[in-house]
Amino acid sequence: MASGIKDKVAILGMGCSRFGERWDMSEGALMAEAFDEALADASIGRESIEAAWFGSAMDPVNVGNSAIPASTALRLDGIAFSRMENMCATGTETLRAATYAVASGAVDFALAIGAEKLKDTGYGGLPPPFKGTFNDMWLPMNSAPAGFAQLASGYRAKYGVSKDELKRAIGHVSWKSHQNGVLSPKAHLRKAVSMETILNAPMIAEPLGLFDCCGVSDGAACAIVTTPEIARALGKKDVVTIKAIQLSISSGIETTTNAWDGSYVRNTRAAAKRAYVEAGITKPREQVSLMEVHDCFSITELVTMEDLFVSRDGGAVRDVLDGFYDRDGGVPCQIDGGLKCFGHPIGASGLRMAYEVYQQLLGRAGPRQLASPSIGLTHNLGGVPFQGIAAVSILGLS
Amino acid sequence: MAEFGIIAHGAYVPRLRLDRKIIAEAHRWMAPGLGEGAKGARAFRSWDEDCVTMAVEAARDGLRGADARKIASVTVASTTFPYADLQHSAIVADALRLPSSVRSLDMASSQRAGVSALLQALRMGEESLVIASDAPVGKPGSARELSFGAGAAAFALGRGEPLARLVSCHSRTVGFVDHFRPAGEPFDYFWEDRWVRDEGYLALVPPVVEAALREAQMTIGDVKTLVMPSMLRGAAPAVARQMGFKGALASDLDKDCGYSGAAHALLMFSAALDEASPGERILLVGFGQGVDALVFEVGKKPAPIAGRRGVAGALKDALPTDSYLRMLSFYGNIELEWGMRAEKVNKTALTEQYRSSHQTAGFVAGRCRACGAIQFPQLQYCVTPTCRAGSDQFDQLSLVDAPAKLLTHTADWLSYHPAPPLHVGFVQFDNGARLMMEVVDVGPGGVEPGAPLRMVMRVKERDAARGYVRYFWKSTPLDIG
Repeated sequence: MASGIKDKVAILGMGCSRFGERWDMSEGALMAEAFDEALADASIGRESIEAAWFGSAMDPVNVGNSAIPASTALRLDGIAFSRMENMCATGTETLRAATYAVASGAVDFALAIGAEKLKDTGYGGLPPPFKGTFNDMWLPMNSAPAGFAQLASGYRAKYGVSKDELKRAIGHVSWKSHQNGVLSPKAHLRKAVSMETILNAPMIAEPLGLFDCCGVSDGAACAIVTTPEIARALGKKDVVTIKAIQLSISSGIETTTNAWDGSYVRNTRAAAKRAYVEAGITKPREQVSLMEVHDCFSITELVTMEDLFVSRDGGAVRDVLDGFYDRDGGVPCQIDGGLKCFGHPIGASGLRMAYEVYQQLLGRAGPRQLASPSIGLTHNLGGVPFQGIAAVSILGLS
Repeated sequence: MAEFGIIAHGAYVPRLRLDRKIIAEAHRWMAPGLGEGAKGARAFRSWDEDCVTMAVEAARDGLRGADARKIASVTVASTTFPYADLQHSAIVADALRLPSSVRSLDMASSQRAGVSALLQALRMGEESLVIASDAPVGKPGSARELSFGAGAAAFALGRGEPLARLVSCHSRTVGFVDHFRPAGEPFDYFWEDRWVRDEGYLALVPPVVEAALREAQMTIGDVKTLVMPSMLRGAAPAVARQMGFKGALASDLDKDCGYSGAAHALLMFSAALDEASPGERILLVGFGQGVDALVFEVGKKPAPIAGRRGVAGALKDALPTDSYLRMLSFYGNIELEWGMRAEKVNKTALTEQYRSSHQTAGFVAGRCRACGAIQFPQLQYCVTPTCRAGSDQFDQLSLVDAPAKLLTHTADWLSYHPAPPLHVGFVQFDNGARLMMEVVDVGPGGVEPGAPLRMVMRVKERDAARGYVRYFWKSTPLDIG
């Protein structure tokens, strides 16, 4: 009988580059920026790392296939190093892989590193993806915001929310993240914006305006993991352990049958349920101190509050507008600015979420430090709400 | 004994219309006379329509009154085929799910192609489908840019109680060059209208008509309706006068469609046939490098057919548009800045296209025999979690005419789309099938979840680098708000 990974793996060190338009930095240089910080935090040398996973999602840009661009950039010679790609959930996937490597007893030290160089495309937003030769035959070539905007349509229909009310609620989601981004020195967007600006921004995919969409950024983040015992032996007093990492993927039910109403993300619910069981959490609204969720679009964050069982179904609009997820609310969400303002270099995002939770749990978050958090949750979503990959991880002080 | 003739027919005209005054106004600076007498609206094809998609739509309309399983041959006539070497009638046959034993043939290269294709099939005497479909391109700033339209008509021929049967016909081939369009060139080159009228229509048509009538032992007085298509304004009444014809000239559909190239004669004929009474004679003329004259006798009045729209229904189903530049862009006559997103590589894997054509060409879903779930696309196993039967357990069921509604929707301004915004959402079929689809021909009022939809075949991808055009089905609001 499987026993899960709770408390079997500790985070020994983490690093995160500054996110944003890093015109002067190559993807390798961004990786090095995050890697140097993680090595210093872990107090080990690179030669200790035995296995590594490199997350990078977008083939049309970036450094190319395989983990070789990462192993050469970081000069990690002769180790087991693999490339990971699972769309926008890639970052958490690298952490899952490294965690499993340590939990299995295969290695003592494993590295998870994610990086993305999105500002080499020549335009804003993500490059149009290659959907595969068969899907190209029939699937519309819509943008990412158009995929997530379907949620707004489904959510309004299910709960009878007016267009205006939903627009205000998702506007508040972005407003709050901009407030938080101001206090986040490595964030891409560090400017507060008014609700008026958010609500009147140009339309991208109805009802998502410009400010309902996250930043498209360059960046890298990484984690070095080991066992809690080794972490303590290396002198770590406060040890952050992994309480759970769970993943859920679609099999086509949402897109092909009439079993889904468009108002929620099925995979997030599945991954969250399993993660709460693995971590022993029964009342997330009370037990989770902070959350870093996949707010690629404001509507995604809103429905995720219900999919993570923190807001009741149909209750997220009220919770959001009441400020429950603001910095001074019940469960602060996106305290570092989130994808919205910290930025979304795809392969790095899941690790960036873990980085913020890790900093908060260790009391190192500076001006945005929350009062004694004990459990933090990350939620990383790949693909689209109706066909994708949800990754939920729970970190805590052991 | 069952007679041979036309047993069903149907039509398609693109929904998009542009008031001719808007076109004339755009050119007023260089051609102030263009707007004189500019009346009505012309039809124009959307960026994702062409003679193939319009042919499919016309045939679907026409085949509502016929048994597609009996069709032995299919012919598509056009002068705006996208390919020089790739048979369009084969694409149409696949989309219509005609029997695999069907013979297919394209007819091209003349304004007479539509009428000639119908004549050939009538003389052949077997169950067949004849479609004429065209979207001629008038050069920007020309009178023809105003007078041209787009459309398609389809005729099913067979035995039974025909709606019309061919009484007689006569043809003459003449190397009369009133206009020409070199292969691969976008625009026609025209000689002087007055010469074309006098030496072309007036000199060539009457003797051929006379010969056809003689064969039928009739005179022009026996003809009730004259279908005389012409891209030359005023040619039809002049020909009628010359022949002493006192009957009714079939409508030239100028008011809300315009001259639709090689399809126009059959579009006018289809409209005239819908209006005709049993026993009437209709004279159909095709003109272009000679003349075909066909004398028809109208048979029984058909019972109304559910879902069939005919020319009148297609003309009524109009979506007025407001920008000359939109039409110009849809026809490829202006290069606009679409941004880097438009650079996406659209190469089609021909292997994959062929492999999946059993489901993509005719929009064919699988109905699981084990659990009943109807699913598109058809993958290896049934989508129902409690079932998971293999796809060899699927019955094949086309979604082309299945009732459906819009479940979720957005208007996407970010993606590259030649007709922004890209309307996209989940389409929920009443039979349980569901998939993400593009929604086309959306009016200025937009489209909301719950809207009833119908399926239309459209261009899915145009590969500019290789010139390949690939088709798939899209949804469109049943009613334009």
